[in-house]
Amino acid sequence: MAVLAVAALIALALLTAKPVAPVETFVVLPSADGHTGAVVVERGEKRQLLNEPYAASRSTDGDIQHLSAAAVDRAYGRTLHSLPSRPASFLLYFITGTDELTDESRQELDKVLAALRARPLPDVLVIGHTDTMGDALANDQLSAQRAERVKGFLIGIGIPGERIRIAGRGERELLVPTADEVDEPRNRRVEINVR
Amino acid sequence: MRASLAAFLFWLSAAALAADAGEIKLVHGRAHLERGGERLALRVGMPVREADRVVTGADGTVGITFADNSLLSIGPNSDFAIERYVFDSTTHVGEFDSRLSKGSLAGVSGKIVKQSPEAMRVHTPSAIMGVRGTDFVVQVGDAKR
Repeated sequence: MAVLAVAALIALALLTAKPVAPVETFVVLPSADGHTGAVVVERGEKRQLLNEPYAASRSTDGDIQHLSAAAVDRAYGRTLHSLPSRPASFLLYFITGTDELTDESRQELDKVLAALRARPLPDVLVIGHTDTMGDALANDQLSAQRAERVKGFLIGIGIPGERIRIAGRGERELLVPTADEVDEPRNRRVEINVR
Repeated sequence: MRASLAAFLFWLSAAALAADAGEIKLVHGRAHLERGGERLALRVGMPVREADRVVTGADGTVGITFADNSLLSIGPNSDFAIERYVFDSTTHVGEFDSRLSKGSLAGVSGKIVKQSPEAMRVHTPSAIMGVRGTDFVVQVGDAKR
């Protein structure tokens, strides 16, 4: 009987014992462009706003803590370094009426290709544009041709074709707004969006 | 640059590929994906969806880029799940609920949050974090010193 009572007590103790909850930490970091946004941490009734760089909320502390950049890097460096590359965007410019890059953009192309090569499996969208010289239909074709040309450069550095989507926007999306029939070098461009 | 229209076209075509939430961009060490009771090996380029769970070992880390340009990385010894992911590439309206049951998670918010602050949420065993456009880290359990 006594053995049973002891067993019952042990069972009761096991059932009611609370497991120790893991410590939870939330930290706001400055972003790559230096700007710091905010997070709101809700724990039951409590709501904490973290809106300063390295402000931290811990389940074991009542108040907001302020960590150092070095402490964050020590504790979470491995995780942080595994973030994928930020999406990026590049512009290349063309000689009027053609799908040939300007001399300047031909040099720029090497930098762009190097940046793309550094990404393990890039997802690319190439959008071609023209200025307002010539008729709209011809410009649709020219913009698509420019995008196609750039796609060729990307395939040339080993990016699989199925990961590159292209579009030609003709003269619909001028970078620099102009009247019709205006020769504007900055509108003769291809946009490369990568992520 | 007319980034918004370009972005619109980009994500429109991305959405046409599949109703995927995102794509695995980086895998190091031991890590796997659990989907519908199945255990799948992780590889770069693999799409991730709602209800997927990523589990990492002591040397494992995984990086994911989402359709709205949110970025996440899952650190070693972690258990992370995508509970809900909805993103409209035209309006940028969306909801992103994820759960970190243990381990560590780093993130950069994307277009969903830009459109509706706090529509990206990370759930942990005892709290919910709403993201208002920022980079962040979450840790459940002791961090590696």
